[in-house]
Amino acid sequence: MGMEKVEKLINSDYELGFEIDIEEEKAPPGLSEETIKFISRKKNEPEWMLELRLKAFHAWQKMEEPHWAKVTYPPIDYQSISYWAAPKKALESLDEVDPEILRAYEKLGIPLEEQKALAGVAVDAVLDSVSVKTTFVEELKKLGIIFCSISEAIRDYPELIKKYMFSVVPMTDNFFAALNSAVFSDGTFVYVPKGVKCPMELSTYFRINAQNTGQFERTLIIADEGSYVSYNEGCSAPSRDENQLHAAVVELIAHKDAHINYSTIQNWYPGDIEGRGGIYNFVTKRGLCEGENSKITWTQVETGSLITWKYPSCILKGDNSVGEFYSVAITRLAQQADTGTKMIHIGKNTRSLIVSKGISAQKGQNTYRGLVKIHESAVGAKNFSECDSLLIGDRCGAHTFPYLESKCANAQIEHEATTSKISEEQLFYLRQRGISEEDAVSMIVHGFCKDVLSKLPMEFAVEAKALLDLTLEGAVG
Amino acid sequence: MKKIMEIKDLHASINNKEILKGIDLDLYEGKVHAIMGPNGAGKSTLSKTIVGHPDVEVTQGEILYKGKNIIDMEPEERALEGIFMAFQHPVEIPGVNNAYFLRTALNAKRKHLGLPPLNAAEFLRLLKAKLKELGMKEEMIHRSLNEGFSGGEKKLNEILQMEILEPDFVILDEIDSGLDIDALKRVSDAVNKMRDGKRTFMIITHYRKILDYIEPDFVHILKDGKVLKTGGIELVDALEREGYKVFGES
Repeated sequence: MGMEKVEKLINSDYELGFEIDIEEEKAPPGLSEETIKFISRKKNEPEWMLELRLKAFHAWQKMEEPHWAKVTYPPIDYQSISYWAAPKKALESLDEVDPEILRAYEKLGIPLEEQKALAGVAVDAVLDSVSVKTTFVEELKKLGIIFCSISEAIRDYPELIKKYMFSVVPMTDNFFAALNSAVFSDGTFVYVPKGVKCPMELSTYFRINAQNTGQFERTLIIADEGSYVSYNEGCSAPSRDENQLHAAVVELIAHKDAHINYSTIQNWYPGDIEGRGGIYNFVTKRGLCEGENSKITWTQVETGSLITWKYPSCILKGDNSVGEFYSVAITRLAQQADTGTKMIHIGKNTRSLIVSKGISAQKGQNTYRGLVKIHESAVGAKNFSECDSLLIGDRCGAHTFPYLESKCANAQIEHEATTSKISEEQLFYLRQRGISEEDAVSMIVHGFCKDVLSKLPMEFAVEAKALLDLTLEGAVG
Repeated sequence: MKKIMEIKDLHASINNKEILKGIDLDLYEGKVHAIMGPNGAGKSTLSKTIVGHPDVEVTQGEILYKGKNIIDMEPEERALEGIFMAFQHPVEIPGVNNAYFLRTALNAKRKHLGLPPLNAAEFLRLLKAKLKELGMKEEMIHRSLNEGFSGGEKKLNEILQMEILEPDFVILDEIDSGLDIDALKRVSDAVNKMRDGKRTFMIITHYRKILDYIEPDFVHILKDGKVLKTGGIELVDALEREGYKVFGES
């Protein structure tokens, strides 16, 4: 009895591990100029985009995979991966979306139209490499809001793409960002014009379906002066024996007085207890608070992936701009997560807040890695960081690497960190009140994550809480 | 008098060390049983054994509760059957809202009894009434479970849980430790109000004071993992006068 049982509780099955049976078109494995030309051609891209991709590819060829993170995995063979997969049928309207896909989304609990319509959420869904359907486009258009796939944006809004893409995450920023810049398949583009408050949650759902395929989506969100947008992404993948690579790039730009809320519920297949299967999740996410009083808030609930390498960051350039990072990362089975944030203070009176909650169980290894950097110019800058780790069982680990660099004498940096275990006494106390062991574990974990979950938009908070329970529950006894 | 619990030849160990060495004890419905004894006598182990704490290994004997041996039952099953323990050291659980926790516990019990769950509004009404009775502040509804509570507040919170869950068999494990006289009086008043002729109390204490407020029907003296003597309040008087040596070795 006791902790072993708790371990059993959290050893639940991955419920989204099914495969969608649809006809797919896939590029042969391998990465060369030919592959990139193939992708660009498939997407009917203008010549300038192909040139940018090739430039990124040539840079990537000279770069080396980074290994400073506290994760271990066998070498990735970049030539064995297929860089393009798409449902065979062309998709113009929802009627043409393969019913298999729609059923799959229903199974995933992401009703594409009606249900989300009721919830007032506009959804873009990316299956493997292609954006399947973007809803609510017309309604948003009336407000001047552009919400479309990145492929469409490249064709229809080249000026915005040329101005902003690679402006926050340069194509040579890092190895995985360069790879993404060369082969990115699809993703979401959002532009909110001056003074417009986007009236609904925008949402993208990513799913890797095809075998031996990488997913390389790219998201670009621009909030013009005085605008507001809240954007959410979710993701899942089928259970497979092989590891799959996911290397995404997200760029956010918030102009003067603009506020971007970016929430992620990451539930990629985590692999099994021996680390077989599972997604390698190497993601570069960065936001630029370009203008005065701008604000970017990252909220993430990370429950999936075998390996996570992800540091959603804020460059606080505008005076009085604000960056926030709220994170819950759960590692169980053989999962390894090295995640955190970077807050770069440049403007005067910039403020940043970091709240990170790591939960480790079974053989999970959870690392918080964060950088707070305060430039000389950032007079009056303030940062507060809180990093808490919760351990369940005795085979898991929690690690905290906070880096603090301040070149400004009057900046304030505060860092608090705790590591605790779910204790027998806490569990027993709740059970003595008639609460089942499973519910007791869930209650303690939810309590631990409360400060982060409360930051999610309501409908996603419900999803995240359900996902937490799903991750924690399992066959009792 | 009806027995609600019969403890027969109970042997139990913690970390392979035998603490209870053959406890025989009958507890009666509607009565207040005080358990006293020197440090290390096995008082707390006895209460832990009754509620099914995972640290305790029962090596021999049985505990019949309402006629059923509960030795192999999970702690939550025992709780749902009406066994409640007010902890000597209630744990803190950060981020878990006190009211939410209490409602979850109550609704688990109601489900067990085949009753519909109380919704948030219904529960809040009940909770506010109980808080008022106990003279507790309403702000504790919104606080995390026991987090940052003073010693007295933690003990009162245990009593609050008892009032909400309405158990049949209540163990008060050194509820009086660390309480000032006002808090002790409030706790005692609450317990006395809960004495309805059906509910059984087992009060574990080192001190006479609480027994002045909550009059016991029986006093049991524990020593070296056995029940040394059973009687009435006169045992406490003797104890006060001369210490445990008065009972000698049996």
